[in-house]
Amino acid sequence: MALATESTVDPMVPVPTTIVDRWDETDDTFSLSLAPPPGYGFEPGQFNMLYAFGVGEVAISVSGDPASHGRLVHTVRGVGSVTKRLRDLVPGDVIGVRGPFGNAWPVTAAEGGDLVVVAGGIGLAPLRPAILHALAHRDRYDRVVLLYGTRTPRDLLYADLLSEWRGRFDMEVLVTVDNASQEWRGSVGVVTKLIGRAPFDPKAATVLVCGPEVMMRFCGRELRRRGVPTDRIWLSMERNMQCAIGVCGHCQFGPVFVCRDGPVFRYDDLEDLLEIREV
Amino acid sequence: MPELAERMLAHPFLAGFEPDDVERLAAVSVGPIEWPAEAIVARTGAVADRCYLVERGDLAVEVQRPGRPPRVIQTVNDGEVLGWSWLVEPYRWSFDVRSLTPTTAIELDGPALRAAMEADPSLGYRIVTRFTAVMAGRLEATRLQLLDVYGTRD
Repeated sequence: MALATESTVDPMVPVPTTIVDRWDETDDTFSLSLAPPPGYGFEPGQFNMLYAFGVGEVAISVSGDPASHGRLVHTVRGVGSVTKRLRDLVPGDVIGVRGPFGNAWPVTAAEGGDLVVVAGGIGLAPLRPAILHALAHRDRYDRVVLLYGTRTPRDLLYADLLSEWRGRFDMEVLVTVDNASQEWRGSVGVVTKLIGRAPFDPKAATVLVCGPEVMMRFCGRELRRRGVPTDRIWLSMERNMQCAIGVCGHCQFGPVFVCRDGPVFRYDDLEDLLEIREV
Repeated sequence: MPELAERMLAHPFLAGFEPDDVERLAAVSVGPIEWPAEAIVARTGAVADRCYLVERGDLAVEVQRPGRPPRVIQTVNDGEVLGWSWLVEPYRWSFDVRSLTPTTAIELDGPALRAAMEADPSLGYRIVTRFTAVMAGRLEATRLQLLDVYGTRD
């Protein structure tokens, strides 16, 4: 477990934290901006346990800017009992926060080469801090490329930010959706298709991938086909994380605990496990 | 080498083909073709006697739904190939195709290409192998789309 700061005395004790703002991102996804505890910091890729009092806890990646210490942003899809309760909260309400937990995207190790980010659906949320970090230190990377796939144009996460990024001259953004009406002028097809078209040097790129597990599996294959060394591909895994400190075992994935040993893993460490249905 | 054959040799779909093969394919090519945005490239059910090596631009493959707006099920972009119905009986387009942006492609004559493949099965095998890879990729992509991986967990 890598903690950016010791934000809580006991990692199992939630810190009461006030919701400063909340807004909808898509029909079923919203963001919460929290007032972080004093001294709180996180690294891109880490997650917090958010506690809706009386309902339960859920692991949510931090999706905000790691350089913004004044606000702590999480993007949440309201699909379960806890996340639906979080969705109904308003500014001024208080939730419990434990964290940050887990390891981080290798944004420092990626310096000097191309940084390629492959996101699917809400998988863009855990990757946004890494992108913001790279753009804040733009001179440390060659090309910065975002490949983003989602279900329909209505499901595009951070649509305004995507437009802003597409307008930059120092970043390549390719977006595709699984299906669309005729009004959509962009690409239609799965995100793996973008990998072959994207402008990056496969031998000098570090690739960060987050999305549904099936998508990541196929992305891994496509990246390998493109010539990216498997030790330069990184995945963020999602499992049923409950304690967040590698004690309870709910997030076990083969020989690892996702909360303690991840959630970010090197592809070649997981490649075989991804093919085993019993895992 | 003629200019058209050089352009074909540079197309990713023919990467690795021998220049002699490409010149033979150029011989059954109708030539370069350009579409403005919003041009109808193919119609469902129409005779499929062409395929296209897309050099630059974006094409939308659409399915018509009676009483409902068409859906775009796939886009074909720079460096990809459009159309394999010329290879499979009854040689009819399965979907509509519309250009989203001004698009440049090299147009191949399907029946002439089939004749060339019949005459030289070795060349035919190399072409069919290339198309099979495209078909396999699109089948895999379609299966992923069907999985609706970005939907909520069921």
